Amino acid sequence: MEEKTINNYEITAESFEFAQLDANIHDSKLDTKPVGYLKDAWRRFAKNKGSVFAACIILIMLLFAIFAPIASEYTVSFRDPYFRTTLPISSAAKNNQNIDFWDGCSKIEVSKTMFELYYGINVESNQTAVKRGEYTSRTVIQEIKKKQVETTLYTIRLNSYYKIGCMYKNLTEEEYLAIQKYQDETGKQVLYPVVAKSQRVTALLDARDISTASSKPYVNDDGNFWYKVTLSTSAPYTPTAALDEDGNFVNNYAVDATTDKDAYTSTMLVEGDTKQYLYAIKNQGGYEVRINYYEYFCFVHSAEGDKITEPFFAFGTNGDGQDILTCLAKGARFSFLLAIFVSLINLTIGSIYGAIEGYYGGAADMVMERISDILGAIPMMIVLTLVRLQLSDKSDISPAVIPVVSLIISFMATGWVGMAASVRMQFYRYKNQEYILAARTLGASDRRIMFKHIFPNAIGTLITGCVLVIPGVMFSESSLAYLGILDLSSSTSTSIGTLLANGQPYFNTYPHVLIFPALFISLLMLSFNLFGNGLRDAFNPSLRGAE
Amino acid sequence: MVKYTLKRLFLMLFTLFIIMTMCFVLIKSLPLVVKSTVGQDAARLEQIIVSRGYRRPVIEQYGTYLSRIFQGDWGIGINMEKGTYVIDNFKTRLPATMLINVYAMLFSVPIGLLLGIYAALKKNKWQDQVISTGVMVFISVPSYVYAFIVQYLFCFKLGLPLQMKAGTDWLSWQMFVSVLAPVMSLSFGTIAGFARYTRAELTEVLTSDFMLLARTKGLTKGQATFRHALRNAMVPIFPMIIGEFVGIIGGSLIIEQIFGVPGVGRLYLMSIQTLDYDYFMMLSTFYTFIGLLAGILVDLSYGFIDPRIRMGGRK
Repeated sequence: MEEKTINNYEITAESFEFAQLDANIHDSKLDTKPVGYLKDAWRRFAKNKGSVFAACIILIMLLFAIFAPIASEYTVSFRDPYFRTTLPISSAAKNNQNIDFWDGCSKIEVSKTMFELYYGINVESNQTAVKRGEYTSRTVIQEIKKKQVETTLYTIRLNSYYKIGCMYKNLTEEEYLAIQKYQDETGKQVLYPVVAKSQRVTALLDARDISTASSKPYVNDDGNFWYKVTLSTSAPYTPTAALDEDGNFVNNYAVDATTDKDAYTSTMLVEGDTKQYLYAIKNQGGYEVRINYYEYFCFVHSAEGDKITEPFFAFGTNGDGQDILTCLAKGARFSFLLAIFVSLINLTIGSIYGAIEGYYGGAADMVMERISDILGAIPMMIVLTLVRLQLSDKSDISPAVIPVVSLIISFMATGWVGMAASVRMQFYRYKNQEYILAARTLGASDRRIMFKHIFPNAIGTLITGCVLVIPGVMFSESSLAYLGILDLSSSTSTSIGTLLANGQPYFNTYPHVLIFPALFISLLMLSFNLFGNGLRDAFNPSLRGAE
Repeated sequence: MVKYTLKRLFLMLFTLFIIMTMCFVLIKSLPLVVKSTVGQDAARLEQIIVSRGYRRPVIEQYGTYLSRIFQGDWGIGINMEKGTYVIDNFKTRLPATMLINVYAMLFSVPIGLLLGIYAALKKNKWQDQVISTGVMVFISVPSYVYAFIVQYLFCFKLGLPLQMKAGTDWLSWQMFVSVLAPVMSLSFGTIAGFARYTRAELTEVLTSDFMLLARTKGLTKGQATFRHALRNAMVPIFPMIIGEFVGIIGGSLIIEQIFGVPGVGRLYLMSIQTLDYDYFMMLSTFYTFIGLLAGILVDLSYGFIDPRIRMGGRK
């Protein structure tokens, strides 16, 4: 209607006349470049050193989450039954024996039997289970079975990678031959001579006809008793090494003339072997051999052709024998993805919802406000439980993705409420200002006014809101996984919360299982809060020039 | 004021009712899971289930559910504590949750306020820098990380009890010692929160004009701070304390789990694990109610404390 009336006047361009075409303009053009809102915000943000630092840390953590799983030799599904709760080792300490920090070793005090067992690994295979072969000993009086016994305790730095040493293992003939081939190719000793079954410590103890299973610190049929032992004369018959005159271990290898010996064709022989020792005992399924687990591990993974070359866990392993570094990076990656996704969804829903509420006001606002009030009042945990239970009831969704889907749905359902409220506020503040009136007078549509004229005012709050949503989502996700409400661990991914929950039982024995995930999430929260606060200050024009 | 209060209360109950309805429909539309345990009379349980109408249509069930609530009957346990009233179990578990939260508040309010006041008075000096940095760190670190630190430092190294003591002697000394670890884990975050808020409010008040007037009329700095600045700063701080106190009751789930507190949080987790819908309904209502109550108390207490704020009056 209005347009038509304007057209009726039929004003043509020619009928206009310039008012000041030949007048002298005294204003000069500005020499400096104009500073826009975003540029100004950026300038003020860069001044805030803490926030910039936090942003750098976030970037580093993000890069870690993206690239660590790619670069890592291990996967989340990797689990080793023997390298459990292995201590973290840095590559510097791995190459330099003299570094005593982050070296995969722990300082412990052990009994004589255990000390000899560990020291034996040093002697037999040159794997320094006892770091640098150093030890200190002290004599104490201990009460064993109501008797005062004088015992010697040894303090050593025990390497958690080498302490496994050797073990007996049953192999098929092909495996046995493959290991020998591997030995000859790499020059690494995997197979060690066996001890005759009757000479093993378990057999010796059985001959005493006592059950010492409960009080024994070493495992049954321990492959590390490669040396001759004598049992103490009274219970609990602790085995101690029978040393020669020079104080050296005496090996107890089986020397046998049977044909079993001929199956060992490898050129790798232990020290002092002139092909008289027995490397395997033939049994029904194949061979019983004594393998060095560290080298066997390398063999198995080279045979499988995966990326793993050597057991090396920079952050150690957890109670399931998983590499903590890989799990942490995978968990962080999932957290980041989820949080960014949720934050974007919140931004979209929240800004549209808030814009409609704030712009139209009145009855629409009232109804919508009520709805968001109700949604905002339901605790996240309850929404999540309901969504998960409902999803599990529907059989058309595979159980593996239910936790992830229910997380996303429940964040989508309630997460945007805060965002909508802040957008609504901005709209209320700006919608009655003169420039909006001017825009409307010029015939701008509602949508144009909303998104072109009012919305940019809210950008600062929105960006800040988006950034601050991320740590919130990560915290909720890790808490829910920690509580076991959601099981986010699968064969390809895991959650920091799951890692923490699994590490809980080891808080006093192997704190490293907890320290790395806990440190990671704490640092992440701290950085995001610092970064978000910095952004908030930078986007707040009223703080301009205040600092 | 009365009108405004009534309006807020009505709105709160309305919101609660909608949420309850949603929860009820969503949870009861799921198939009823009855887990059989050895030594349980399955037939009798089934009889109770049928007689209480748990096999009827959901809408019909909701009607009876609401009418039962007014009689104080929140349903019965089907998979946990079979056949007993949900509300009874809830009542026995509430004190433990309340206890650790009350202790946590008793720790955090004075310490948090004192730190905040001190930081505000020493604004931009090194003391303030130290407190503010500490506050930032403590606010950010998740509560379960504190729990690990407390477990390691205080329980493992210094010998505090790791798990909460059994029994109902809530106010005894042994009980106090046994809840110290969870209380500490809960307190760090709230102390930091109070300190930050107090500092922000107090610095704002300290720079206002009436403080200048107070000094010019001859009050010492201490007098002016305590009589004028603190009182005014308390206006927003006090509602926050109330809100925090009510809110914290619903927020100690993880801490309860870690330290084995036999509280409401554990009941909730168990209700999810065993799929016991009546427990779930009651606890969902409880947590929602706590959240709503915290909000309404904060808003209303502003009006009571600050005579300048007249809620719902003519603008």
